[in-house]
Amino acid sequence: MKTVNQKAWFFVLPVMLLVAFNALIPIMTVVNYSVQETFGNNLFFWEGLGWFEKLLNSPRFYSALGRQFFFTFSILAIEVPLGIMIALAMPKKGFWVPVCLVTMALPMLIPWNVVGAMWNIFTLPDIGLLGYFLNSVLGISYDMTQDPVAAWATIIIMDVWHWTSLVVLLSYAGLVSIPDAYYQAAKIDGASNWAVFRFIQLPKMKNVLTIAILLRFMDSFNIYTEPFVLTGGGPGNSTTLLSIDLVKIALGQFDLGPAAAMSLIYFAITLLVSWVFYTLMTKDD
Amino acid sequence: MTLELKQVTKRVGALTYIKPTSLKLEAGHFNVLLGETGSGKTSLIKLMAGLEPLASGQIFMDGQDVSKLSTQKRNISLVHQFFVNYPHMTVFENIASPLQVAGMAKSEIQGRVEEAADILKLRPMLNRRPDELSGGQQQRCALARAIAKESNAVFLDEPLANLDYKLREELREQLPELFAGRGAVVVYATSEPEEALLLGGYTALMNDGNMTQFGPTADIYRAPHDLVSAKVFSNPPINTAPVVKKGTRMQLSPDLSWELTGTAAGLTDGDYTMAVRPHHVTPTQTPDTRVALTGTVLVAELSGSESSAHFSMGDQNWVSLAAGVFPYRIGEVHQFFMDPQHCLYFAPDGRLVA
Repeated sequence: MKTVNQKAWFFVLPVMLLVAFNALIPIMTVVNYSVQETFGNNLFFWEGLGWFEKLLNSPRFYSALGRQFFFTFSILAIEVPLGIMIALAMPKKGFWVPVCLVTMALPMLIPWNVVGAMWNIFTLPDIGLLGYFLNSVLGISYDMTQDPVAAWATIIIMDVWHWTSLVVLLSYAGLVSIPDAYYQAAKIDGASNWAVFRFIQLPKMKNVLTIAILLRFMDSFNIYTEPFVLTGGGPGNSTTLLSIDLVKIALGQFDLGPAAAMSLIYFAITLLVSWVFYTLMTKDD
Repeated sequence: MTLELKQVTKRVGALTYIKPTSLKLEAGHFNVLLGETGSGKTSLIKLMAGLEPLASGQIFMDGQDVSKLSTQKRNISLVHQFFVNYPHMTVFENIASPLQVAGMAKSEIQGRVEEAADILKLRPMLNRRPDELSGGQQQRCALARAIAKESNAVFLDEPLANLDYKLREELREQLPELFAGRGAVVVYATSEPEEALLLGGYTALMNDGNMTQFGPTADIYRAPHDLVSAKVFSNPPINTAPVVKKGTRMQLSPDLSWELTGTAAGLTDGDYTMAVRPHHVTPTQTPDTRVALTGTVLVAELSGSESSAHFSMGDQNWVSLAAGVFPYRIGEVHQFFMDPQHCLYFAPDGRLVA
């Protein structure tokens, strides 16, 4: 005899409440702002899709989006191959394994705003160690506060310094899980180092690399703190990424409506590109 | 093709895994490495394959020194006890992988792979991945890879140990045919003496990192150099006992002795160790089995059509193995018989003397 009642709802309730408070309600608030014009004294006027329309016709949005994509794809193009190479070069057993692992993990343990501040001080042309060295010792003109190219180079190098370790650690985890027997079998087959990489190591690293690329994509596409502390979006607007622009609109100008519309589009793009990445990388399985 | 080892050794730290070993292996027959688990068979194979460095000594293939040559350049095949296939490739790609690496033309690869697949009955599985196969099929896939490649040397390290009984019998029969007329040196490691006998060819006996004897399988089975070799090449273990030669008689105990003939009769008087294989100690008497042994049955086993009995005589334990079914009772005093012609005698230093 089955007992039919509604008690099971009580077990699901905590999760539903949690999701409601940390995801559903905040998102709905943003949706709410995105279709209204906000004035002081909590005055709201219905805007419909007006903000979205304006945003999608605004050159300012597209240039920030372009910079965002440029940043993300630049750091992915550097960090993924570099991370794999470092992981391949790391020792697989012995005394140096923990030393390497801890050294690799260090940059990731530093708070993000500290990373930005560190690199800012490090690269200042007059007092920074690197800035001073490049300008006064090597005679290379370098000023990331004035020159957009230098500013871009600095934020990309900073991100590579900060996050390549993540790709290294994940790839390394994939590499050490490969049994010796496969390497022996490959040697017996007469495989070259490249063939071992292409047909044994890479397929074995595929799953962790998928995760690494996804994480690096999402993190770098939403990056705010480090470039904001380092360049503040300058010189001019040259390093104003989407997130920096968004904060300017939302908090600087307190334009909640346009900022909310921009947040939703931002979110949709992140979601869409992540989905495309994931689908492409796992389509063989 | 020949494969020659000259005084090769393997050491890890202070431990010696392979003591100086010299061997000359030839193509055209199976070369069996026989020894217990841990006797150094796999180590020796890894040295020959170049997977591990030699501590000293040299390896020659067809007269050329390959000691310093990498595994990739030795053109060999190896099948492990624990089958190794690339998990993300299909069976076809697995078998084809060494051929692709060698840069063979596509059409030729196709032919070779299909030929190997037919021999090992893998044709219907060519498009599957290894994890979709049974253990036996996976091992056949690994074997197919070794067959498809025209290698100079093929190392089979207990390739049948993980297979079920029927498949093992079947493949064991096929293996010598598969490699016949290939020109490759075939080395087959096993811990089972019967397997060595069934595969024929030459056998090298391994014990504790030592190669104790090497020669045509039948010869070394009949005439082991020394006591250790005799023990390695016998399953169940060979019976051994101290004996004393006095005049023309060999004495096992004060009331058990027998008349010696042949070379044994010419030995000088003194202490020896005798050895006789279990299947030469039988519970029934024939005109030849002149010597009667009386013992108490300790353990009796019936395996199919063979009966074995462990029995004690004084402080010694002996084993008898005979065709047929015998109703032994544990604790019962039983008579067993042996033909002194089948006894081997070893000098106190372990050498075979008669």
